[in-house]
Amino acid sequence: MVRIFGILAGLFFVAALLWSFVVGAITFAQEGKPATAEHEFHKHPRELHLASDGVFGKFDKQQLQRGFQVYKEVCSACHSLRLVAFRDLHQLGYNEAEVKAIAAGFQVPGVDPNTGEANTRPGLATDYFPKPYANDIAARAANNNAVPPDLSLMTKARHDGPAYVRSLLTGYRNQVGYKNEEGKELLEEFPDVKTPPGLHFNPWFPNLNLAMAPPLTADGQVTYGDGTKATVDQMAKDVAAFLVWTAEPKLAKRHQTGWPVLLFLIALTVLSYYAYQNVWRGVKGNH
Amino acid sequence: MSFPWANQYRPSHPLMRWLDEKLPLPRFVYNAVGGGYPVPRNLNYFWNFGVLAGFMLVVQILTGVILAMHYAPNALVAFDSTEHIMRDVNWGWLLRYGHANGASMFFIVVYIHIFRGLFFGSYKAPREMIWLLGVVIYLLMMATGFMGYVLPWGQMSFWGAKVITGLFSAIPLVGTPLQEWLLGGFAPDNAALNRFFSLHFLLPFIIAAVVILHIWALHIPGSSNPTGIEVKSESDTVPFHPYYTAKDGFGLGVFLIFFAFMVFFAPNWLGHPDNYIPANPLSTPAHIVPEWYYWPFYAILRAFTSDFLFIPAKLMGVLAMFSAILLMFFLPWLDTSPVRSGRYRPLFRKFFWVLLLDVFILGWMGGLPAEEPYVMISQIASIYYFAHFLIILPIVSAIERPEPMPFSITEAVLGKDDKAVLPPSGSVPPAAEPLPA
Repeated sequence: MVRIFGILAGLFFVAALLWSFVVGAITFAQEGKPATAEHEFHKHPRELHLASDGVFGKFDKQQLQRGFQVYKEVCSACHSLRLVAFRDLHQLGYNEAEVKAIAAGFQVPGVDPNTGEANTRPGLATDYFPKPYANDIAARAANNNAVPPDLSLMTKARHDGPAYVRSLLTGYRNQVGYKNEEGKELLEEFPDVKTPPGLHFNPWFPNLNLAMAPPLTADGQVTYGDGTKATVDQMAKDVAAFLVWTAEPKLAKRHQTGWPVLLFLIALTVLSYYAYQNVWRGVKGNH
Repeated sequence: MSFPWANQYRPSHPLMRWLDEKLPLPRFVYNAVGGGYPVPRNLNYFWNFGVLAGFMLVVQILTGVILAMHYAPNALVAFDSTEHIMRDVNWGWLLRYGHANGASMFFIVVYIHIFRGLFFGSYKAPREMIWLLGVVIYLLMMATGFMGYVLPWGQMSFWGAKVITGLFSAIPLVGTPLQEWLLGGFAPDNAALNRFFSLHFLLPFIIAAVVILHIWALHIPGSSNPTGIEVKSESDTVPFHPYYTAKDGFGLGVFLIFFAFMVFFAPNWLGHPDNYIPANPLSTPAHIVPEWYYWPFYAILRAFTSDFLFIPAKLMGVLAMFSAILLMFFLPWLDTSPVRSGRYRPLFRKFFWVLLLDVFILGWMGGLPAEEPYVMISQIASIYYFAHFLIILPIVSAIERPEPMPFSITEAVLGKDDKAVLPPSGSVPPAAEPLPA
């Protein structure tokens, strides 16, 4: 009885699926796959190697400090970093006085102790990075109706995050005459996708046009204290490295902890293998 | 249950004797996973995965209870409290990555456990109840995993909750009210997050209870084995302890190496980047995908793209997705072959490997966007999935001629069994074992 009902139910599902398949296949044969500009012209991030990559990865503190400088002097005008506190900057190699000085350089929301009115005060080490806009409406108003996303988790919130950040920051192109690797010209293939006014063409952005104006425009836009030449690509790499740290400050500790744990487990497993063989000695089973 | 030759628990210490009289808990453990449980001597490594699944349940409950001490189930702060665990709680990153990857490990282990049961016919009489309870555990795991993924309140949490509860809206008449009732609102929000947290905390303990029933039911007929031949005599078995505790200890070590590698070096491989973006009801992700362990069923859900016999495509998809899991409940009565193990079933074996490949294809398609040709591939793979369980298995089990089988587990292992002699009358001994009723 179960088998008869089973076969009937099976035939029902198979028939429904075949019907969906036939309808879908006919539609597909007639219309094909719709070609979209995003599909053909969106680029995967350029490969990027950072000190924090791989199973032995550690942060390059010099690079993180440079990346922080780029964030502070360029990105922080529009992008918040709300999950990071000034005290965390110790991990970049700044000493206590430097952290206090950096914090004091930011104005954070406060309350006037005499009147209770909202005001701003210089930041303390315990404060978090302040937001550049009072709210999303203000952020939209200032940025062509787009809210600049918080950057704290950016490198974990995109596929291949650090490479994406670097590719995007250096990826602005002139749309007129832009060709992909196959030599197809975007505006010839898709004349309708011309970048609207106020947006900027960037083939590394998923829909090819974004509201952010090119933020890194010229070599030497920031002056690095360690003498590294601040090319646009260098600044993009440094800020990507910095954002790997903001996304997961415990990353290096994770790698460092992982090795002893793995070595311990391997030793334990070898021992347990010999214990297992020892227990089964002289007993034939399946081992 | 036990076989007559099972070791008896004989406490020597007066304290243990006293305890055995008042509350024989050590005796219970001894008979369950100790020297008092005789187990077939020929179990292969695929029999390690039940213990591994039990181990993962304990890991998930322990890490989960501690995470719950730091997590705040409120839509305003849930995302930030998760990041607070990652950044400020001592070893919080280890707890959270351990728990998130632990869920994946739990499913990997359980999928291997299920496919082991499928190949070796572990679902057949007299073990149907073990299988049925196992399907219940799997369903509870899916519900628990889904609700757990909602808790960080990222983009995939929110949109996953919306899509999955939206499945209920496909039910005629009561669908939409039912979805709103489940969510406590028109869209996922604080009410949904709170109840998902409550249930995510509760369900693992219900899973633990069903696991106890699963193991209880296992101890009535005893463990199956790769030959599928029932235990006949003492020479077929060894005591669980120390033989299988030793083997499981080694298996656990190998598994922990893999688990630790994922947690320490690749903790986000199995996750989705969008879940590091806070939930935003006004911005739909380009591709909404659930966690990888739901992908095969997600592919089946999306394979129904046209209305069929006046049944809307969405309702068909929902029906099929639930049926794809629920049909497991009927498996012991769909496959009627008296031979359990795929080793001696030439035709069944071929279809089994096709099914395994088919489920991998479904899983792969389920993770891809709903575009052609992926949808057409999902449709073909879904056809095979249903045909395998509902049409092929009943037919194969009726027409297949099994291969010759050894007389006993002992003969399978040693090549001979002294008891396997022809009866003096010269009558033919049963080739294998009596057909189950």
